[in-house]
Amino acid sequence: MPDFERRQFLQALGGGLLVLLASDGELPAQESGGGRRSAQERPANVAAWLHIAPDGKVTAFTGKVEVGQNIRTSLTQAVADELRCTPSAVSLVMGDTDLTPWDMGTFGSLTTPTMAPEMHKMAATARESLLTAAAKQWNVASEQLRAENGFISDSRSSRRLPYGELAGKIDWVNVIGNADLVTAPTKWQVAGTSLPKINAREMVTGKHKFVSDHKLPGVLYGRVLRSPEFGAKLNSVDTTAAAKMFGVTVVRDGDFVGVAAIDERTAEKALASIDAKWSLPNVVAQLAQAASIPLAFPTPKGATTLESNYGAAYIAHVPLEPRAAVAQWNGNKLTVSAGTQRPFGVRSELASAFSLPETDIRVLMPDTGSGYGGKHSGEYAVEAARLAKGAGKPVKLIWTREEEFTWAYFRPAGSIKVESALDAGGKIVAWRFVNYSSGPAGLKTPYDAALTFREEQFVPGHSPLREGSYRGLASTANHFARESHIDEIAAKTGSDPLAFRLNNLKNERLRTVLEAAAERFEWSKHKSNPNRGFGLACGVDKGGHIACCVEVSLGPSRQLKVERVVAAWDCGAIVNPNHLRNQVEGAIVMGLGGALFEEIEHANGRISNPRLSQYRVPRFSDIPKIEVILIDRRDVPSAGAGETPIVAIAPAIANAIFSATGLRIRSMPLLPALARA
Amino acid sequence: MDLSVNGQRLTVQSDPERPLLWVLRNELDLTGAKYGCGEGQCGVCTVLVDGVAHRSCITPVYTVAGRAITTVEGLADGERLHPVQQAFVDCDAMQCGYCTSGMILATVALLRKSPSPSDAEIKQKLDGNICRCGAYNRIVEAVHKAVLASNAENKEHHHA
Repeated sequence: MPDFERRQFLQALGGGLLVLLASDGELPAQESGGGRRSAQERPANVAAWLHIAPDGKVTAFTGKVEVGQNIRTSLTQAVADELRCTPSAVSLVMGDTDLTPWDMGTFGSLTTPTMAPEMHKMAATARESLLTAAAKQWNVASEQLRAENGFISDSRSSRRLPYGELAGKIDWVNVIGNADLVTAPTKWQVAGTSLPKINAREMVTGKHKFVSDHKLPGVLYGRVLRSPEFGAKLNSVDTTAAAKMFGVTVVRDGDFVGVAAIDERTAEKALASIDAKWSLPNVVAQLAQAASIPLAFPTPKGATTLESNYGAAYIAHVPLEPRAAVAQWNGNKLTVSAGTQRPFGVRSELASAFSLPETDIRVLMPDTGSGYGGKHSGEYAVEAARLAKGAGKPVKLIWTREEEFTWAYFRPAGSIKVESALDAGGKIVAWRFVNYSSGPAGLKTPYDAALTFREEQFVPGHSPLREGSYRGLASTANHFARESHIDEIAAKTGSDPLAFRLNNLKNERLRTVLEAAAERFEWSKHKSNPNRGFGLACGVDKGGHIACCVEVSLGPSRQLKVERVVAAWDCGAIVNPNHLRNQVEGAIVMGLGGALFEEIEHANGRISNPRLSQYRVPRFSDIPKIEVILIDRRDVPSAGAGETPIVAIAPAIANAIFSATGLRIRSMPLLPALARA
Repeated sequence: MDLSVNGQRLTVQSDPERPLLWVLRNELDLTGAKYGCGEGQCGVCTVLVDGVAHRSCITPVYTVAGRAITTVEGLADGERLHPVQQAFVDCDAMQCGYCTSGMILATVALLRKSPSPSDAEIKQKLDGNICRCGAYNRIVEAVHKAVLASNAENKEHHHA
């Protein structure tokens, strides 16, 4: 279906469906962007989601976006599986507000549990409609027909009809998706296999166009004036020199000042020539500590109690492609390509910023240079659109790495206080856990085999820095605190960390991953010494179950290297084993950075380390041997896997450090604290 | 200024101090080299100059005039991928793909100097290239796979 026609179709479809709440409980755990919150129900008919062209090519439409998690591949598998066709016959249009059904955004590990079922449902319904159409044409029962490789064929004769021919005879707008037709995971043919990344070839040849690669005729390159400190107010600005430069347009709109120029270097020079005077707010804020929150619970008689405090620093997402947008106006209509996890949210932000109806704005999101929860908001899209409006030409804006480190938002810092009590049998009977400021994800303890008193609380903080979503969000800090504390209790009672955990865990799936990781790691055979430590940790969040066993080495001056990680992971039925493995490995690597050395430093309203030469991220030399055990549960619906595999690595490392040195490091990042200990 | 890019001679009008990265991307539409940090720390802007890996974001264009510049767009032989490109595909040695062209070129440069590197050498020589998605171990595997494929290819040539 041509773009224009589809746009009209979706607008007609959307008109009657605007409601105030999401249909499926999808709400961002921690909303970071501005803009209005509007939500729509997902359309129920096949036409909104799927199109089968006369030549048999299948196009599926989803508002979800690809940021490296390989859902372009996994959702293609869902469609191909139900349509009983080869994946190469299927292409996906993703995150285009004109062409795809409305979607809240790509976060919360929700694509696999919520969008994949939608794709299965619509494609399965399409398959049944094709079968019915063929049955009608041949005047036979549809039970004797088969859908296979792009054709409906008749098992009692040699006749067959291509999908493309039948599709034209079906009124898809009135075909409603039926979840009962979906193929059970035990019968998957294409889903459940390691289909290679759909557009890997475009990636290795440089052909794929990321947002920052997009070029429009006559495009100008934008830069935006930034204040020297958070909260500074613009007193006066002199742009005379910039305005005189060849090929430069200065754009001013209230406190927004920017330039659009014929090339990036001219834009940089023009920006540097602007003389701005600011009044500075003298912000000297640091985050408060949970330790100051009074906690007390009645200690059960005869119980051993322990109280400890943990911390996690602000960290940055550092997507290698910084936030970028290309904006173009056509009269009062606006088109923006933006590297965002929430194209529809960015559309709302643009609608607010320019007082436009959302129907006059199109946001497109080509597969982007990663997000990790960092690309929820659309400031850069608004900035690019403002510059394009002022300059009267399309404008591309790529945030510099310094802007990315300064003006984006951070994974919240937090402070966590834990109190526990054990009975004489080594079982945890009371548990109190307070997270101050970093968030409620992964707050609940799974160690509940003998728990009689539990209180788990999240206390929102007053953050001096802008906070937002991040892979796993607070689940990382909460698991770090809990799994460190569990290790502390085990040590205090002289118990083996694995045995102690199993003694307190009922959750069968969590026990399974823990035992699987420990077995592969040969946990029971390792003896720590001052140069070699072994630790483990586990956790459950968003339907995913993870356990990590870690081996670390320590040099004479406590130089730490993580040598080996064995991880076991269960998220239900596995959609693509190789890509799942890739996700788990990647989460462990990312988690290792936050565990060991990543930390945003700030003082007086300024970020002190806003460059890659100052903010350390994991590199080849930091990477351990990583072994991943996947537990495929075809009997359980698939959960998402982008986030939860990140939660166990940090506490496993901290526990390994303890096993070698006897030092208990209670704040992330661990390395600076280890050096001070 | 005369440039030689992917075997083609080109003349570009540019401020000589302008980083090669932006000349490639904005003047020549070769967007395989990416912007990541602007200070040579992440490697996503890597290109080859006379076969050696360079950080194009901190390479003034005048310093490479007349020298042989290779970008990721110049690696494949028509439809046939370079063995390093093919190995990255085969090993799924990427997630978002943004670091991929820089990783591939850094690998090509590495294998020119050291045709059969050890794990330790790969990790050391590629340490300036960041993969934030964390596909590092897959990339190491892809480098080994490219070595095997190149050896096989050479053997074939030898026999032919």
